Amino acid sequence: MYPRAFHYHRAGSLEEAVTMLSQLGDEARPLAGGQSLIPLMKLRLANPLHLVDLNFIPGTSYIKGENGALHFGALTRHAEIENSDLAALIPILHDCAAGIADVQVRNRGTIGGSVAEADPSGDWAVVLMTLPTEVRCIGKDGERTLPLANFVKDAYTTVLAQNELVKEIRVKVPPQESGGAYLAFKRAAPVYATGSAAVQLTMDGEVCQDVAITLGCVGLTAIKAKDAEAALRGQAITEKTLATAMEAARAAADPQSDMRGSAEYKRALVAALLKRAIHIAARRARGEQVEVSPIYA
Amino acid sequence: MLDTIANVAIQVTVNGKAHSLQVEPRTLLVEMLREQLDLTGTHVGCDTTYCGACTVLLNGAAVKSCTVLAVQTDGAQITTVEGLEKSGQLHAVQKAFGEAYGLQCGYCTPGIVLSAVQLLAKNTRPSEKEIRKAIAGNTCRCTGYQNIFKAIQLAARNMREA
Repeated sequence: MYPRAFHYHRAGSLEEAVTMLSQLGDEARPLAGGQSLIPLMKLRLANPLHLVDLNFIPGTSYIKGENGALHFGALTRHAEIENSDLAALIPILHDCAAGIADVQVRNRGTIGGSVAEADPSGDWAVVLMTLPTEVRCIGKDGERTLPLANFVKDAYTTVLAQNELVKEIRVKVPPQESGGAYLAFKRAAPVYATGSAAVQLTMDGEVCQDVAITLGCVGLTAIKAKDAEAALRGQAITEKTLATAMEAARAAADPQSDMRGSAEYKRALVAALLKRAIHIAARRARGEQVEVSPIYA
Repeated sequence: MLDTIANVAIQVTVNGKAHSLQVEPRTLLVEMLREQLDLTGTHVGCDTTYCGACTVLLNGAAVKSCTVLAVQTDGAQITTVEGLEKSGQLHAVQKAFGEAYGLQCGYCTPGIVLSAVQLLAKNTRPSEKEIRKAIAGNTCRCTGYQNIFKAIQLAARNMREA
């Protein structure tokens, strides 16, 4: 399959890419890892007349620890995050990076591209929503940095202007007594998940001091399950509080029936994934090493 | 409009041989390999980033060549299945696939072999779980995968002992 014919432009810097996008106008799109955009173009679901390739820009792929936060260059590949000792400081990030699609896709796909595409079934936004995450953007009028929650607006829609790019993702490292887990349920490795749940818990002894819960693939964007969080905050994790959190997650999910499953099935699925993710997050909060991988049908 | 699209000049090294090519921007890497360089060992399976039959190594990393534009490989080193043989000797992974019956129809084999080559370059003693993870992006509709795992384990053993 061929994409529609397009003009190819290779940017040497993010500033140059912004200028190119400004000059080329609405029919121009930036190309990061291309693992979503190229398939969409082959299927003619996306038909840009101009592609501005970001892959040759030096200094856009890095993982740095600074002031209690991890900074990811926009073009950092999922595989680089999967294999990074620094990124392993936040285990839920490793869960995500190591579980995206397959080796080949992880070798190309980028964290910045995933966040900027805002696919409702994408993995990164679900995980990053459970942590204090900021998105640093670069546009015609310079840079701006905003919380991830304010960055994603709708399915495939962010606050980015047509000539604006993600430059960096900044994630605050959670405290020592915090643990997180991300569980995705998939029919096979290369496909998007049917449903997913991300949890970041901070424990004070047996009591859940704070918690962030996000559900994936069950709405137009990643869904922050506030009532499920409230069911656990300040409480011990017991069968009863878990059941309340699961019921709240089921209610918060807003899935559509499709070839991956019915809406009711997906509600049940994310509630079950949430329960498992809470258990793993709590164990990690206690300092246990727990390996996580996607659950395959 | 189509006649105004400019071709792009690229330099790529494929299986150790340098090439200067003119490619249309929409040309996929797999098409460049098969149609411009006549390297038809790289197969097109699903053409939708699923099956991995088109897997090649791009600067040593396994990629699905149906999901990379040829223009993006400017300056890169590419290895296809044709590049694994050295001085008339098959690569240890290729030999092991033959010895352990790691293939039936063979359509997915070049891609799986290259995924295995990437794995074994970093991990000389992979567990079965690690092998499964390494080839999760390669679909085989014949074998049921068991002999593929055996072939990769055999290759790992032979490479360690070589």
